[in-house]
Amino acid sequence: MIQAVMVISTLGKPRLLKFYNFQDPEKHQELVRSIFQLLSARPEGVSNFVETDAIFGPGSKLVYNHLATLYFVFVFDSSENELAMLDLVQVFVETLNKCFKNVCELDIVFNFNKLHTVLDEMILGGQVIETSSEEIMRSVEEIARLEKQSSTTSLIPKSISQRFSR
Amino acid sequence: MASSQPAPSTAPSLVDTLFQLSLDDLVKSLRADQSAAGESSAVARALSAIHREIRAPDAATKAVALQKLTYLSSLHFAPVAAHPLAFPAIELLASPHLPHKRLAYLAASLSLSPASLSLLPLATHQLHKDLSPSAAAPAAHHLSALALHLLASPAAAAAPDLAAHLAHDLLPHLSRGSPRAIAAAARVIAASPSAGVPVLFKPLAACLASPDPRTSTAAASAFCELSAPPADPSPFLPLAPDLYNLLTTSRSNWALIKVLKIFARLAPLEPRLAARIVDPVCQLLARSSAMSLTFECVRTVLTALPAHDAAVSLAIGKLKEFLAASDDPNLRYLGLLALGMLGPAYASTVNESRDVIALSLGDADLNIRREALRLMMGMLDDSNVMDIAGMLVSHAARSDPEFANDTLGAVLAACGRNVYELVSDFDWYVSLLADMARSLHCLQGDEIGRQLVDVGLRVQDARPELVQSARSLLIDPALLGNNLLFPVLSAAAFVSGEYIHCSKDPVELVEALLQPRTSLLPMSVRAVYIQAVLKVITFCCNLYIERLNGSNKELDLVFDELAVDQDVSRESEAEIRPAEADQIVMPSTTEKDPSSHKSIVYMINLIEMTVGPLVQCKEVEVLERARNLMGFIHLLREIQEFKERNVSDQKKTNRVKELVKSMQTVFAQELSPVYVNAQKKISLPEDLVLNENLAELADIVCEDDAPPSTSIFFCSRSNPSVETRDEPAVSVGSSSLLVEHRKRHGMYYLPTGKDEGDTNNYPHVNDPLLSADNGSMIKDRSETVQPVAAGKKLKVARSRPKVVKLDGEDFLSAMMSTVNVPKETLSGTGGGVLVGRNAKSLPSLKASDNSSERMGNKLDPGESSSQQTQNIDADIGSSWTTKHQDYDKEKSTILPDSDGKEARKHKTSSTSGHRQGRHKQRERSNTQPDVAPQAPVIQDFLL
Repeated sequence: MIQAVMVISTLGKPRLLKFYNFQDPEKHQELVRSIFQLLSARPEGVSNFVETDAIFGPGSKLVYNHLATLYFVFVFDSSENELAMLDLVQVFVETLNKCFKNVCELDIVFNFNKLHTVLDEMILGGQVIETSSEEIMRSVEEIARLEKQSSTTSLIPKSISQRFSR
Repeated sequence: MASSQPAPSTAPSLVDTLFQLSLDDLVKSLRADQSAAGESSAVARALSAIHREIRAPDAATKAVALQKLTYLSSLHFAPVAAHPLAFPAIELLASPHLPHKRLAYLAASLSLSPASLSLLPLATHQLHKDLSPSAAAPAAHHLSALALHLLASPAAAAAPDLAAHLAHDLLPHLSRGSPRAIAAAARVIAASPSAGVPVLFKPLAACLASPDPRTSTAAASAFCELSAPPADPSPFLPLAPDLYNLLTTSRSNWALIKVLKIFARLAPLEPRLAARIVDPVCQLLARSSAMSLTFECVRTVLTALPAHDAAVSLAIGKLKEFLAASDDPNLRYLGLLALGMLGPAYASTVNESRDVIALSLGDADLNIRREALRLMMGMLDDSNVMDIAGMLVSHAARSDPEFANDTLGAVLAACGRNVYELVSDFDWYVSLLADMARSLHCLQGDEIGRQLVDVGLRVQDARPELVQSARSLLIDPALLGNNLLFPVLSAAAFVSGEYIHCSKDPVELVEALLQPRTSLLPMSVRAVYIQAVLKVITFCCNLYIERLNGSNKELDLVFDELAVDQDVSRESEAEIRPAEADQIVMPSTTEKDPSSHKSIVYMINLIEMTVGPLVQCKEVEVLERARNLMGFIHLLREIQEFKERNVSDQKKTNRVKELVKSMQTVFAQELSPVYVNAQKKISLPEDLVLNENLAELADIVCEDDAPPSTSIFFCSRSNPSVETRDEPAVSVGSSSLLVEHRKRHGMYYLPTGKDEGDTNNYPHVNDPLLSADNGSMIKDRSETVQPVAAGKKLKVARSRPKVVKLDGEDFLSAMMSTVNVPKETLSGTGGGVLVGRNAKSLPSLKASDNSSERMGNKLDPGESSSQQTQNIDADIGSSWTTKHQDYDKEKSTILPDSDGKEARKHKTSSTSGHRQGRHKQRERSNTQPDVAPQAPVIQDFLL
């Protein structure tokens, strides 16, 4: 399964953290730091895999993709295929790119919820549930539409009723 | 969009809402001051606002506050206690408003933790409601998706109750074939097998056969997850037909990968399975264009189908394509990974790729380098060890420090494994060790040093080369400044002193050992250096005397010269004048003969000049050895003084000869490794109470052990103080000195043995040193325990099996493996010892007889020799520890009943024999420091 998905800036700041195995919240910062140290020590043009036995337990690996100012990191165990995970990182990035029209770090900084929405369409409980960025996009857009609908339909009656109730 | 906050204007009744910061505002405020302090204060401000807002009755305000809190706890590691976050989240789960609901679900799945599990039952009803398909609202699908996410979140996995309550709610979704529901079902089963399996397993299995590829893929990955290693894959065997069907028909690479992984786990359980799947796997391997699937096939074949040669060779073909992908480090890495999966049956394949692997050692990617190193080490066998190890060591010189050390460590471990079982050419190995020591940033000094000494002890044939390599290390003044090399230099010094007979130029060695830069060495290593000098000078003097062979005239000549020298040094004794340096004239280059009188005079003077100041050294180890050395040299001079007083030439010459010869005897016994089981063959004599005194000493010894000796090979602070005190006696005369020594040893050895057992860093060395030492030790023992037959002695030794345990682990393991070593590689004595000394002790007995006789002849051809023989025999037979033990034991038993008993026991040995024994004892104790730990010192002080 996928154990964690992280987006970390090249300055070591986390931009997205999602753990699929329970990790003590107090350890999150430590995890991010150790992963960042691993990645920042690696030169350009080397393989995208790093063994992370010491961080996430035996048999765990991470695959990362360094794009512009961000590291996209997927941590996984022996039930996943390395190259498939590399593809999945690519799918994730592609989807974000479609979502934000040429995604940049700022989009990711300011769209905390949307990032999670995209991720949740792709992975559930550490299992990959969708690998097509088109499908993911379609779902994300539908959710956005539904939310908008929900806000517009509910806002007025709700505020009016509140007002009357006081 | 969820992230866009609900407009504050919608709830005008609340001031909080009016002025509430949205998440975007919060992010902006956090980014305004990027410094750590600014950020943390912004977080603190935001948190206090959130804590107020989150209690607001208005859902919109609450939702925004919750969103901000989620953000802060997730990405800024804000210390949010579980409850403040969890409760509003659960409250908002029930919101009819989709954006609020989504925020609540996100907050719950991100931040619910086992600590807040008590709140989770509150959510059960809401989850149940959201999962129920009756909700016909347009957003129903998304609502259930949200609920499934929460159900699959890590927190829910820790709440088996939740899983149990909601398992039934998953069924409609499973029958619909929703990948989400399948993934969530897998989590539920994993979290609570007892509740999940009865309800969910069958529907999940049915999904495998679903015509919808998304469903079957999700089901395959669910089962892949459930069968992952810690779990037992056998319950999934009945799924094999469905999985096989998927394997042959599915066109989804994701599904195929998962199915292959499941089959790889199932194949070992069911022998027929491998034969069934090998064809489809080979087809996939042959036709798939997706690298991920190809790699998975290769992995499956290599790990689960190693018996199918055709499949394996196909996989190897693909694997080589991976290795050849020069432009893709990922494929090369995975190729190396796959190579490592090849079993020993395909070692030749790995060998074929050796060039690629060697090339990968220089890759920019640490992953690839490590994998290549691993493969290289796996490839090592006795035929290629020279090539590979040599290549690795030269490669280490070029790589970065970390990897270089990994490499050197791996080579050392591999070559040293099982007592150098891979190494056949020890000359090569010794020079390799020296090369390793020289490589930059080498952190393996300790291990290299240990192996240098160990090889010396075990492999007689390697000694000349060993001494040669040691010389090259010692002679290079540049190495003295590198503190990583100290252990190696210490080993080199020991080796060149111990095997000085293999040296081509002892004089040069003495110069190297006494070069000015040795002052850079730590004291423990200096002590080893000085000790080595003592051995060298003894060797040279002996050589000289043997060469004279009774020609007293020449001898006189030397001592005449010495006398002249002595006058000079006398004058300068108080302070070493630089002038003296001028007087020490290097023998001309043509006269390199170490046994020429010029060389000896030169060496003696050199020693006097350089070691002389050290007799006031504050470090006891150095002090002691310096005094030993100076004492020996003084003895030579003493004799000269006798001559001046008109003592007859003949007598003087004889004394010199005796002195040198006995000294030589002390060092003559070859050190050898000892088989650890040797001790077990000795039975315990009934009258021996081992723990009698030792128990009392335990405290002292323990304290002593606490600060482990810094010396690398020789845990030797022990005797120095003893020696120091003896020093004055040296000049008085060897006999009185020896008597004193003997007395002291009687006390000191007692704790020594135990101490060593505890601390010895380099048991091998210690071990043999003592055995070499048998001259003195034995004598002692023979004196004390004369009546006991050799066999019984052995028993005595054996009687403290504990001692062996006290020995360092590596000692034990190394010794254990000695059994496997071919006899030739063992040094002569050791070999004899190891190979059933009990069976036929004759050879060693003879050998020791000789040596003892030598001693006996010298001093006293009395009866003691036979006893010595026995003792020696025993010594050789038992491990050093044994001996030591032995010694201790004897001491321990003997000491209490003072002189009376001893005298009785000694009656057979003549007095001169005594002296000799003591003398040796004393000289040995010079070496002893190498061997004997510090216990004695402290004891001495205590006394």
